[in-house]
Amino acid sequence: MIGLEHYLTLAAMLFVLSLAGIIINRRNLILLLMCIELMLLAVNFNFIAFSRYLGDETGQVFVFFILTVAAAEAAIGLAILVVLFRNRRSIAVQELNTLKG
Amino acid sequence: MYNYYLIIVLAPLAAAIIAGLAGKSIGRAGAHWVTIAGVGTACLLSLIVLKNLFWGGAPAENIDVYTWAMTDGLHMKVGFLVDRLTALMMCVVTFVSLMVHIYTIGYMHDDPGYQRFFSYISLFTFAMLMLVMSNNFLQLFFGWEAVGLVSYLLIGFWYKKETAIFANLKAFLVNRVGDFGFILGIAGVVMFTGSLDYAEVFASADNVAAQNIEVFSGTPWNAMTVICILLFIGAMGKSAQAPLHVWLPDSMEGPTPISALIHAATMVTAGIFMVARMSPLFELSTTALAVVIVIGSITAFFMGLLGIVQNDIKRVVAYSTLSQLGYMTVALGASAYSAAIFHLMTHAFFKALLFLAAGSVIIAMHHEQDIRKMGGLKKYMPITYWTSLIGTLALIGFPGSSGFFSKDLLIEAVKESHWHGQGAVYWIAYLSVLLGVFVTALYSFRMFFLVFHGKERMDAETKSHLHETPTVVTAPLILLAIPSAIIGWFTVGPVLFGNYFGEAIFVTESKDVVAHLGDTFWHGSWALVTHIYKSPVFYLAAAGTLTAWFLYLKRPDVPQTIKDRLPGVYNVLDRKYYFDDLWIKGFAGGGRQFGQFLWKKGDEFLIDGVLVNGTAKTVGRLAGVLRQIQTGYLYTYAFAMIIGLTALLGWLIWLR
Repeated sequence: MIGLEHYLTLAAMLFVLSLAGIIINRRNLILLLMCIELMLLAVNFNFIAFSRYLGDETGQVFVFFILTVAAAEAAIGLAILVVLFRNRRSIAVQELNTLKG
Repeated sequence: MYNYYLIIVLAPLAAAIIAGLAGKSIGRAGAHWVTIAGVGTACLLSLIVLKNLFWGGAPAENIDVYTWAMTDGLHMKVGFLVDRLTALMMCVVTFVSLMVHIYTIGYMHDDPGYQRFFSYISLFTFAMLMLVMSNNFLQLFFGWEAVGLVSYLLIGFWYKKETAIFANLKAFLVNRVGDFGFILGIAGVVMFTGSLDYAEVFASADNVAAQNIEVFSGTPWNAMTVICILLFIGAMGKSAQAPLHVWLPDSMEGPTPISALIHAATMVTAGIFMVARMSPLFELSTTALAVVIVIGSITAFFMGLLGIVQNDIKRVVAYSTLSQLGYMTVALGASAYSAAIFHLMTHAFFKALLFLAAGSVIIAMHHEQDIRKMGGLKKYMPITYWTSLIGTLALIGFPGSSGFFSKDLLIEAVKESHWHGQGAVYWIAYLSVLLGVFVTALYSFRMFFLVFHGKERMDAETKSHLHETPTVVTAPLILLAIPSAIIGWFTVGPVLFGNYFGEAIFVTESKDVVAHLGDTFWHGSWALVTHIYKSPVFYLAAAGTLTAWFLYLKRPDVPQTIKDRLPGVYNVLDRKYYFDDLWIKGFAGGGRQFGQFLWKKGDEFLIDGVLVNGTAKTVGRLAGVLRQIQTGYLYTYAFAMIIGLTALLGWLIWLR
């Protein structure tokens, strides 16, 4: 029988996977964006799992909101990415080190 | 009389200001006339004050002129206490000062700093008068420091001369040591009596003597003893008592007139005067008096010995001054304050005379001061010769001269001071002053013979220019020679035995050696002169004179032989008992090394190195390490955030 803990474990694994993607990835900014999306999905997974487990639909409503926002965010992120590429002719993460104080 | 006092003090000050600030416009003659007028006025009025007090029977006056400041019930005033002690000092100071002013016209004739010099010596007269006329400790301290300042300025008068600069710095620093004690003593007085006024302090003296003070916890000392010893340390500095005497011989670097005025006749006697003025305090502490008498004895005898080996004419006189100041201090310690003041007075005359005579010789010798290069000056400088002879005879106590009365009675007083017990203190004091007589005669006549008699050892060039000095130089010599010779005759009776000082000097009855002498020993001046053969003093002085005659006239080769035979003794004397080494290398050198240590280790290493730069460097190094974290890569920050978040969550979940 698949219980709550299995769903939570899967969500945690997805979350950690996307985290690792953010940290380890040195090449591609698109991968970074995808990892963030994955992180949101992991969170959504948890929402749904708890919603089902507790018998409360509010969690599923929240998932819709998050998906909407994530879509908008992805659009903005990609737009920024395009502008960045135009300016720097590169989207490699290892070259984006101008955040130094 | 109030106006008189103000004029006496302010006339020299006004003259000093005029000569000092307007020296250029009034010219050289203007400078000496204005200062002589100022000091002359002060001298004349002082004599009138003395006359009124002594013959006119006027009472002592204690006047407050002005309240300078008032704090916490402590009144800081300017005021005059004029009694017979003060009046005597005023006359001595102004008279000697006047003579020196006149003499300076001749001595400093060609000096470019003519006006400056007159301004200084007039300023000195003002300061010294403020000191002696004061009626409170604060004004006393003001005068005390002011004379010290002027002394500093005058020793370094020839400020381009390396040795003079060294000497004036030395005098200033050594005096600081004494003044430190002095101001602590004054602080003690204020602490125990809550007043600076003499009259109030003396009135509560018994109360102070009954109290104890714990300077180091667990050892209570009598408050009066502590106060008196501290005050006496001040006197040791100013009156050049061992071991704070080292500045006086060096101060001879200054022009001769100031040696006569400041370092022989007046300023160095400030300490003696102060102790006599504080007699109501000192009388209450036998311990302090014992300290006074021992220090005085050491100075009187051992500084006299140094005079024998000196070759600079002024230094010989300087060491004799030290020795004579020692005599006065011994008298103070023996509670014979009046004898000390009497000796102070006669000494002021004959020592000023000797210094001015030495200056006269120096002028004639074209500023040669080495007595080994003099000799036979008698026939070239008759006035200087005869006045010097009078001064020297007075110094060694030739029967009938002023020095005879003061010194002989001083020694008798010490001899009678049995209240110190028959212990070491008594014998140290008595033997020192007694043997000191022999030494005094020896070095005085050594100098006298070497300068005025014997072979003419100067070079031909100097010899051809030798002649008597001008009248402005010789006139003060003659005017000083008169009191040196005769003032003892008619002042000794009234001053010592006629209750001259009255209330001004307080002596406990059981210690009053002078009164005791008056009852048993004193039968008039004439009797004293005719009974000299009973006293060892006379024989010792005669022996000293004869020894000097034998060694330096009859057999001039003997001193050299003695010197060769006893190199150890000679070296000790020549190096002045190594006191200079002690102070300069020991204290000053030690102080410098300590300063060097603090500078290098404390300041440069600890404060600058470790604390200031060290802090900056540590922060810099730490920042260098921390900077590695800040890469600018987004993923590093994300990683750091996650680590932080995890840690925080972990703490929240498991550790709380």
